[in-house]
Amino acid sequence: MSVRSELGGALPPAIIFDRIDKRFGAVHANRAIQLAIARGEIHALVGENGAGKSTLMSILFGFYRADSGRILIDGQESRIASPSDAIAYGIGMVHQHFMLVEPMSVADNLLLGHEGGFALGGGRKALLARLDVLARDYDLAIDPDAIVGELPVGLQQRVELLKSLVRDADILVLDEPTAVLTPGEADRLFALLRDLKARGKTIILITHKLREVMAIADRVSVLRQGALVGTYPIAQTHEAALAAAMIGRRVQMPQRADDAPIDTPLLTVQNLSARDARGRIAVMDVSFTLRRGEILGIAGVAGNGQTELLETLAGLRPHERGIVRFTHHDIADASPDDLHALGIRHIPEDRLRYGLVSQFPIWENCLIGADAEESALIDRPAAIDDAAWMMQAYDVRPNNPLLRAGALSGGNQQKLILGREIEQKPQLLLVGQPTRGVDIGAIAFIHHRLLDLRAQGVAILLISVELDEILRLSDRILVMHQGRIAGERRAGETDERDLGLLMAGIA
Amino acid sequence: MSAPLPLPVWVDRVLMPASALATAALAAALLLLAIGENPAEALAIMLRGALGSGEGIGFTLYYATNFIFTGLAVALAYRAGMFNIGAEGQATMAGIGAALMIFAAERFTQGLLLVPIGIAGAMLFGALWGAIPGWLQAWRGSHVVITTIMFNFLAAIVSVYLLVNVMGKEGSMQPETRLIADGSQLWTFQALFAALGITIPATPLNFSFILALLAAFVVWIAIERSKFGFHLRLTGAGNESARYAGIDTRRMTVLAMALSGALAAGMAVNEVMGVQHRVLIEFSSGYGFVGIAVALMGRNHPVGVILSALLFGALYQGGAELAFERPAITRDLIVTLSGLVIFCVGALDQLYRTPLARLFTRRVVR
Amino acid sequence: MDALALLQIIESGLRLSVPLIFACLAGLWSEKSGIVDIGLEGKMLIAAFAAAVAAFLTGQAWIGVLAAVFASTLLGLLHGFASISQRGNQIISGVALNMLAAGLTALLGNVIFKQGGRSPPLDGAARLPELALGQSAMTILAISAVLLTALALARTRFGLRVRAAGENPAAVDNAGASLTRLRYGAVILAGILCGFAGATLSLGQAAGFLPMMTAGQGFVALAALIFAKWRAWPAFWTCLLFGLLDAVAIRLQGVSLPGIGAIPVQAIQALPYLFTIVLLAGFMGRAVPPRAAGQPYVKER
Repeated sequence: MSVRSELGGALPPAIIFDRIDKRFGAVHANRAIQLAIARGEIHALVGENGAGKSTLMSILFGFYRADSGRILIDGQESRIASPSDAIAYGIGMVHQHFMLVEPMSVADNLLLGHEGGFALGGGRKALLARLDVLARDYDLAIDPDAIVGELPVGLQQRVELLKSLVRDADILVLDEPTAVLTPGEADRLFALLRDLKARGKTIILITHKLREVMAIADRVSVLRQGALVGTYPIAQTHEAALAAAMIGRRVQMPQRADDAPIDTPLLTVQNLSARDARGRIAVMDVSFTLRRGEILGIAGVAGNGQTELLETLAGLRPHERGIVRFTHHDIADASPDDLHALGIRHIPEDRLRYGLVSQFPIWENCLIGADAEESALIDRPAAIDDAAWMMQAYDVRPNNPLLRAGALSGGNQQKLILGREIEQKPQLLLVGQPTRGVDIGAIAFIHHRLLDLRAQGVAILLISVELDEILRLSDRILVMHQGRIAGERRAGETDERDLGLLMAGIA
Repeated sequence: MSAPLPLPVWVDRVLMPASALATAALAAALLLLAIGENPAEALAIMLRGALGSGEGIGFTLYYATNFIFTGLAVALAYRAGMFNIGAEGQATMAGIGAALMIFAAERFTQGLLLVPIGIAGAMLFGALWGAIPGWLQAWRGSHVVITTIMFNFLAAIVSVYLLVNVMGKEGSMQPETRLIADGSQLWTFQALFAALGITIPATPLNFSFILALLAAFVVWIAIERSKFGFHLRLTGAGNESARYAGIDTRRMTVLAMALSGALAAGMAVNEVMGVQHRVLIEFSSGYGFVGIAVALMGRNHPVGVILSALLFGALYQGGAELAFERPAITRDLIVTLSGLVIFCVGALDQLYRTPLARLFTRRVVR
Repeated sequence: MDALALLQIIESGLRLSVPLIFACLAGLWSEKSGIVDIGLEGKMLIAAFAAAVAAFLTGQAWIGVLAAVFASTLLGLLHGFASISQRGNQIISGVALNMLAAGLTALLGNVIFKQGGRSPPLDGAARLPELALGQSAMTILAISAVLLTALALARTRFGLRVRAAGENPAAVDNAGASLTRLRYGAVILAGILCGFAGATLSLGQAAGFLPMMTAGQGFVALAALIFAKWRAWPAFWTCLLFGLLDAVAIRLQGVSLPGIGAIPVQAIQALPYLFTIVLLAGFMGRAVPPRAAGQPYVKER
């Protein structure tokens, strides 16, 4: 270790970001960032959504150009104007949303941009040889003829990583690589990263999971609102300090009161099954009940059927079989309209796909699914007034109902939907990923509101991939794995570790 | 997807189409130069022909009537998220429908009742010819753009068959019907004004023009001010918000295309009941396609549609005058110009938006 | 029906399918790269016109073919500019260019030929010569184009990148290839192929240019492309089928069939359009277009 660090001291850093500055219109995404990444280290980059991590890495990879500042690679000033320049400098990137062509084979994906000549034959042969070597060195075997879209997510990520490795990248950037992995898969990935590091690769890991940072990184840099807060060796920091640096202020996060609901079930689901968009069974034999004044959390790694379950219950996806009962109504085949009439509302996972129309003004967005009054005409002034009042009550800023919804930040869009749905006075609220892409202040606001509803006797089904959120809000927790309920826990009788095992389908 | 740059409303609605029109006009002028004609002179002839006389104005408004109807048809479908290229075929079938209904009803009445019957027949057939592609898109997933193109060809073929073999005037070799009863013929403006004691020149301009303005008003209320219109626009918003809101989007798709076809039928009412008083072969002569240019230039808003329909009406009448005085310049110049307008307004949006946004939004931001 | 009649139908079916094959391959390259092309019709029309004008002026068919390719590619580049550089609406652009081609060819035809838009009949060296079995060199060129397209898509760098561009343009961008250059390349290829299609129409099948002589063939080619699920050889067979159908229809005109009687001309004319509608409605199997086709590429923030 001491020898390595001495060597590290002698060599110039792998990358130096020198006063990198970047604006997108009014947003100052990177503020004169000054950061050195040492050769052969695993360097974590943490920060909230919108802190500027992805922008900085996109500049490194030639996706964007910095407004000012320079990047030094191995001490030499670089010119990175496009991804191909970055690749030539030995930089490889594993994107959070994989840059893969799903209907093509693994080999074609790996060849893309690196074909080795006009005809593909020679390049393909060389690639297969290289894949053999990599399979041996790193235990990264893969079938080159498999169609990428048919591979499980873990293997798709392997293809994404192999893209950099076949190109002999020295510097690897991984953007939220564990978001789609089970804890077990994540552990295997980390083992691989340590192996890569041992062979001299430099690794930058973008994440917001501080536990992972503590487990694998050598050093960590914290970004907040586009600026670098600081860089710390792992041995000299801890999770709480990093969280404080990320957030910049203390926010009191609300916690569910300890009063168990006692009531007959409001929502009963029995043996529910449903298919996903590709026609595969995504929800399988799911059964549970939900009472008034209860929050039922559903945890799971993204893509294990939670989305389809929520859409099926919300009347947006047909069910395959099973029973869904709300009080004495059979709602398995109900449309969103029918559900509204029964007092069932839905806060969708994907705001911009379901919940909002970004090119419509805010006041019209307040009417989506909420214009059930008798009149055939819309009373514009009244609707605008109502919207203004609602924005005030739910802290949606800037408070101007004539703005387009697309002009609002993610957090304000989410508060707008929350307000619209709560003001319909639901008895049952279906909630999907309520705080995805939302800043921490808005998270606290949203959690407070959900707990208020619970206190008023509303039943809430909460689907989230944030275990922290699930643990703090839920009375009971179900864990989904591969479309099934892998287990049920009472709040207070479980923790992240226990849920993690269920999510991986181990326990 | 990045949202288009927001512009002040008047820039978006007035300056953008105006810049596009200027580009198209410039291209047309260059084209005229290339075929050895003087663009300035051509413009003067067109202006004089379209607006220089009472007769010219009458013809301009008569053409504008067709364009208001077909423009509204395209605009309404567009707001519901569909690109209806089939106004041409829908109007063709509507003409057949109007004549069929009037011929059937003539046996019972010769009076004014024939007017609503004829209009209803036109709207019914137009709506049906629009609804089928709508249904095919909603339930079978075939894109409305291509099916409406196919339905245009089919309408042309079907109408020829009907006019030759079924509805043709007896003893005539022309593919056309006999005249419709007097009671079903719409009043000309000349007759309407004569009733008020005012004398105006004889032109094809008729009561359909008033119907067109009425239709524009109804479409405006429906789209901009009614719950139905809100649901229609949600369906056209390009995401799943309509389904989320509990709207039956398939039904809405079929309905919007039916309404679009019914609006296109207005063009047939103008031609068949207002001007020709019979169904002539190919009476729709491209008005449906120009309607696309009208709608896009009018920003798919009823007021914009009326304004750009007036402009295209003037171009058509001026173009007719031009073709008369300058035989080298056929009516096809206006088709070319329409194509250019659609291209500039509809496909090169960004080309104008970016510099205009730079010009007009800086003050707001800083 | 005797063997000779059957042979004649196959001959003329193959001949009639040639412009469809070219146009269909044009659509294939364009849409595989992610650019929807409603404007095949317009490109064919302007090519047919340019071919007739050049052949009329020079008396040389091959100069006509070159002119067709040039005019069609120029129109294709306009579509490319709107779709790629300006990220405009590809469908609207296609519709606009179809109208532009229709208006322009009629207008200029009237100026140049002074015969109400149509060209005088072409003959001799101004027409594509028949080689054998009623086929011109264009038949051979069309079949070679199918072969080359299939090979290039599967086995070359350009083909690989085009396939990727239509499915996930961000992946191409990330791999360090220029998406813009690729898509312009595909659009130019489409222009060249439509040029051949148009020249075949006015110099091979007909003896000159007529306004609107494409009569929807560009759209039929688009339907064939969908039916062939964006693959080269199936595109060939589909176009051949359409061509044979057309040949049969021409032969049936005015013929009285036993038990049915004379079939109205209009019913035969309507067949390709009806067939296309049925096809599109998925009554003959589902077709999934390239995922990114029709969407302008905007870098995600």
